[in-house]
Amino acid sequence: MDKKNLKGWLYLLPAILFLGLFMVYPLIDVFIYSFEEGYNSASQTYYGVGLYNYSYVLHDPYFLQAVKNTFILVIFTVPISTGIALLISVGLSSIKKLKELFQTIYFLPYVTNTLAVGLVFMILFKKTPYTDGLVNLVINWFGGNSVDFIDGPYWAKMFVLCFYTVWVVLPFKILILTSALASVKQDYYNAAQVDGTSKWRIFTRITLPMISPMLFYLIITGFIGAFKAYSDAVALFGTNLNTAEMNTIVGYIYDMLYGNSGGYPSYASAAAIILFTIVLTITCINLLVSKKHVHYE
Amino acid sequence: MKVVLQNLTKKFPGRNKKSRDEVTAVDHFNFEIPNGKLIGLLGPSGCGKSTALNLLCGLLKPTEGRIFFGEDDVTNLPAENRGVGMVFQNYALYPHLTVLQNITFPLENLKGEAKLTKEEMQRKAYEVAKLVQIEELMERKPSELSGGQQQRVAIARALVKMPRILLMDEPLSNLDARLRLQTREEIRRIQRETKITTIFVTHDQEEAMSISDMIVVMKDGAIQQIGKPQQVYDDPVNLFVAKFLGTPPINVFRGRVQSGQLYIGQEAVLNLQNVPDQELHVGIRPEGFVLQTDGPLSCKLDEVEVMGRDITVVSRHEESENTDIRSIISAENAADVAGDTVRFALKPAKVLLFHKETQERIYFETI
Repeated sequence: MDKKNLKGWLYLLPAILFLGLFMVYPLIDVFIYSFEEGYNSASQTYYGVGLYNYSYVLHDPYFLQAVKNTFILVIFTVPISTGIALLISVGLSSIKKLKELFQTIYFLPYVTNTLAVGLVFMILFKKTPYTDGLVNLVINWFGGNSVDFIDGPYWAKMFVLCFYTVWVVLPFKILILTSALASVKQDYYNAAQVDGTSKWRIFTRITLPMISPMLFYLIITGFIGAFKAYSDAVALFGTNLNTAEMNTIVGYIYDMLYGNSGGYPSYASAAAIILFTIVLTITCINLLVSKKHVHYE
Repeated sequence: MKVVLQNLTKKFPGRNKKSRDEVTAVDHFNFEIPNGKLIGLLGPSGCGKSTALNLLCGLLKPTEGRIFFGEDDVTNLPAENRGVGMVFQNYALYPHLTVLQNITFPLENLKGEAKLTKEEMQRKAYEVAKLVQIEELMERKPSELSGGQQQRVAIARALVKMPRILLMDEPLSNLDARLRLQTREEIRRIQRETKITTIFVTHDQEEAMSISDMIVVMKDGAIQQIGKPQQVYDDPVNLFVAKFLGTPPINVFRGRVQSGQLYIGQEAVLNLQNVPDQELHVGIRPEGFVLQTDGPLSCKLDEVEVMGRDITVVSRHEESENTDIRSIISAENAADVAGDTVRFALKPAKVLLFHKETQERIYFETI
């Protein structure tokens, strides 16, 4: 190893040390726990080693519900939020007047606390003995029947959760995409215009490929973020998510550790490893797909 | 396709915080570009030549005036319907597309009857690639090309749809000196072969002079002079044009006319007719000096630069407006230069007189 190399490693050392201590070691630990049956964190004892934890988790209806919820959340919110963010960013970059004002407005939710936004959503959607909530008011206006979005049918609750998630992740995506769009040189648009390219073709053949690295970054982080969703559900439906049928995988892990039915670190570890596997698989698929469609300069 | 500009004017709203005055980038352009010629729009930076080009291609709308391509009034036609090809200063090649895809891009935009099949597009792309000699680069990405190659791809992309006119914005500015010489010959050749009316913008007078059929010299948004390069060089209408054309630049002296004699300092250097007595600018081209031991103009000798074919005599004079005077003398006469002072006779055809205030040309006849 030459001197320059040594210096590089020296600079990396603190980060490697901390990451190793607080990321890699716990991950390995979780992996080990997930095979230790009946592990007790207080006495540090377990009965045996095997796949029972996985088998239990995979047969737990609450876990299956959580997986289903998480997948629905991911499948709906990632494309919808990215699509809407793209639409809004394109709109923002094509206006001149009041551009800054709109950019600020669209970014506001990002600096607002998740739970505070959740409270607002409760007020909008919740049905109480006194009022049906603002959204139901609108539904009634159009001649529909009131729906209880917070304690009512599954699809209504799922709708609110997806709506809420999209709303919360939107600002960051808009921010990233607006700056990505601004970095595309005007010359490309001028060249395309002189060559008689239609607006739509300019968008699909020039704009999209040029911002594809950023778009791809948003999709990957969006997937990962949605798979790890938990606080959003809590903000809307409270901590008793299993009863509300609104639990997510991370929520399930939390419940297994600390919830009312908690105290099972082995089950929690098994669930965490399953989540890890799912996220890893999806990310790998994403990377493979992106090779063909993402253009790095 | 001939191009006619009538009263073409472009004003931009003032952005300056101190003055909100409009900025006139292009000021009442009137000229006609004959079919199939190569035209150089020439001027110092900020003189409005790129604005003029953007008006021609339709990326900017004129404030006033009209543009005709042939008999068609295209003033209000958007860029996409004008059928112009444009080569941008930094080429603007799409980085995510291959050379072939870049060249076929304009063809894919064609609609209706003009629509081409994939094979036809490929054939046309290869035809034009052959013209600019890049056939073996078709599968590369722009980032894998050298500057000169990118330039050729940009030209190919502009030419592939057989534009009515071809516009180039500083086509050579991103190339190194050697490649610049080569590419400008190339542009000349391509233009001759395609016979497409071509307008290019440059701030480099040598570039414009060497390849243009006609040059348009601009200053502060206004046309100064239009003509064949040699004609504009020999016969500039004002001091600006005279100074702008030629390397080394014209030597300018403070002079005066007194009873039919042109004086520089105390020395009468030329007899002239028809010029009333006045103070004026005297411009003398570097090739207008003749070494002569009893010549009327005496200068302090600085140094002699030997270039082989000819020599450059660098000297000084109190009345000179340039810091030094550069005169080009054929090498046979080099031996005559010695001592502190050098004496010149002047070739009348290379002496240009300009009004002291207006800087307009004053014509004279010698006896």
